[in-house]
Amino acid sequence: MATVDSAHASDRSDRSDRSDRSDRSGRSGRGRPRRRGERSRRASVGLHLALLLAAVIAVFPPFWLLVTSFKPKSDTFTLSFLSDFTLDNYDHVINDTEFLTWFGNSVLIVVVTTVVGVLISATTGYALSRFRFPGMRPLMWTLLITQMFPMAVLIVPLYNLMSRYGLLNQPVALIVTYLTIAVPFCAWMMKGFFDTIPVSIDESGRVDGLSPFGTFWRLVMPLARPGLAVTGFYTFVTAWAEVAYATAFLTGETNLTLAGGLQTFVNQHTQDWHLMTAAAVLIAVPATLVFGYAQRHLQSGLTAGATKS
Amino acid sequence: MAADTVKAPGTAPVPAAGAERARGPRRGRGADRPTGPLRRRLATYWYAWAMIAPVVAVIAVIIGWPLVRGVYLSLTDADEANVERQIGVNKIEATYEFVGLENYSRILGDSDFWDRLGWTVVWTVACVGITFLLGLGLAVMLNRAFRGRTLYRMALILPWAIPAFVSVFAWRMLYNERNGILNGLLDKGGIDGIAWLSDPTWAKVAVIAVNVWLGVPFMLIAMLGALQSIPGEQYEAAEMDGANAWQRFWNITLPGVRSVSMTVVLLSTIWTFNMFPVIFLLTRGGPAGSTDILVTEAFRLAFVSSPRDFANSAAWGVLILLLLVLFAIGYRRALRRQGEVW
Repeated sequence: MATVDSAHASDRSDRSDRSDRSDRSGRSGRGRPRRRGERSRRASVGLHLALLLAAVIAVFPPFWLLVTSFKPKSDTFTLSFLSDFTLDNYDHVINDTEFLTWFGNSVLIVVVTTVVGVLISATTGYALSRFRFPGMRPLMWTLLITQMFPMAVLIVPLYNLMSRYGLLNQPVALIVTYLTIAVPFCAWMMKGFFDTIPVSIDESGRVDGLSPFGTFWRLVMPLARPGLAVTGFYTFVTAWAEVAYATAFLTGETNLTLAGGLQTFVNQHTQDWHLMTAAAVLIAVPATLVFGYAQRHLQSGLTAGATKS
Repeated sequence: MAADTVKAPGTAPVPAAGAERARGPRRGRGADRPTGPLRRRLATYWYAWAMIAPVVAVIAVIIGWPLVRGVYLSLTDADEANVERQIGVNKIEATYEFVGLENYSRILGDSDFWDRLGWTVVWTVACVGITFLLGLGLAVMLNRAFRGRTLYRMALILPWAIPAFVSVFAWRMLYNERNGILNGLLDKGGIDGIAWLSDPTWAKVAVIAVNVWLGVPFMLIAMLGALQSIPGEQYEAAEMDGANAWQRFWNITLPGVRSVSMTVVLLSTIWTFNMFPVIFLLTRGGPAGSTDILVTEAFRLAFVSSPRDFANSAAWGVLILLLLVLFAIGYRRALRRQGEVW
């Protein structure tokens, strides 16, 4: 009965319902006799096994990429974890390929897209959250529908427009294109965040004599900063990982973004898996660090953005 | 939430100034259809309209206009050889012609489209279904305090942190038929290696597996958020009344996560339906087009195959969009029937 594992809070799938029902104060608290929702030893082991398996599956592919990137070319596909540790792959990727150029291209395009997208979407999110006005529902539906626009429907006309104005192979082409993804998404997310800020704050601002724009800019925007950060971060990640437009609009080795550049290592003509792994790690590490920093806000951000009204 | 917010924002400001500023946004699409006395409406609503103006303008210019052009292109015979383009300083004029609905009738009369549509539906349903169940299951497991919870959580969302195109290449290495680690392990177990990416059936399994791997973290985080918003008292009350674990899950947990689930399933369905990088980078639609979903096929027509067939690709794009709109309308109806408002 007295399982001494550190598990406490409500267990919804535990079928062994023998737990003592007297102690139902507090949902955490260690070392007490078993309460509602505590698991039997067997259920606990099962839980950890299931989670461990899932975690291993989640971590293994990137982990293997990392391991392989330190192997010399001849050993790329060996099953051993470590053979002849070497940094040659990294050296080659950084010094003998256009990797740094691609990296710069990606950063430029994605940063501009994110900043522009978030800034011009903020007012719309606010209007949708606070005001009722004719055209509100059509606008919300437009935002929702444009979010689900397949790239397939825009890619050909955008390509032709870019080609007509000679913009192919230039960062501005991708920036404009990514705004088609970023703007509807940012506006939608920002509405969710503004919804979480109490209306009474706006009202007190109005009472104190601020115009609606002043209320928005001076009171609500500062409060929405976490929301702006999450939205921006999310846009950043989306654009960073975009493949289709980047593949179609950019050709020529020095114009590529990372998504295009990585494809040059492994394709019909070349099979440089060892270089691909090193480049992949160099792309993934900064993205993962940023993600790790921002992820604590993600959960609240998602629920705010996801549950409408 | 919008219902209890500030109504009629612009009653205070000067009507004339309002009228001036509100003209801009109303040109854009999705803004408004004025029906009543125009001036009064402008005076009342110019604030909101001015605030949505930038986005409406952007949507009109970089989504609306290309969309219209895309629809037009799909009614022509545009391809690589006859579109308007710029080579160096020379500008070559467009010479394609209007052909009406010819492209559509050819596509819809061809079994290729229906094959791709069938596989796309299978792909979407399989991916979303499996991802949702795994995400919900893992979220339920993680939604309690125990040793190592944070570590598990971090490990489980790792696939989300890494750009998808990087992960896909990692999977391609694992799947490698002759040398990949999956077949290496199978070999050691005495099982013949599987042609992961070159056998049509296994290639389908492989792409679904990778997409599920990529999609679970999002589901997990969203569902975890939903689970944490369910008050613990409900479970305690249910337990007092003698509900067993399954009944508690079925009658409290599921209704509790329903609203968030509806949203994430909708989002996830759309994303999966339009998922390009996984299939394009993993199999390039192969072997022999067997893993091509609608969007990768449209991309292939315009940018991979030779000569590039812009008109047909645009027509595929329009058909894909129509399918998605139908889906969204159906979904909205379903929501309405269940009493969700908007």
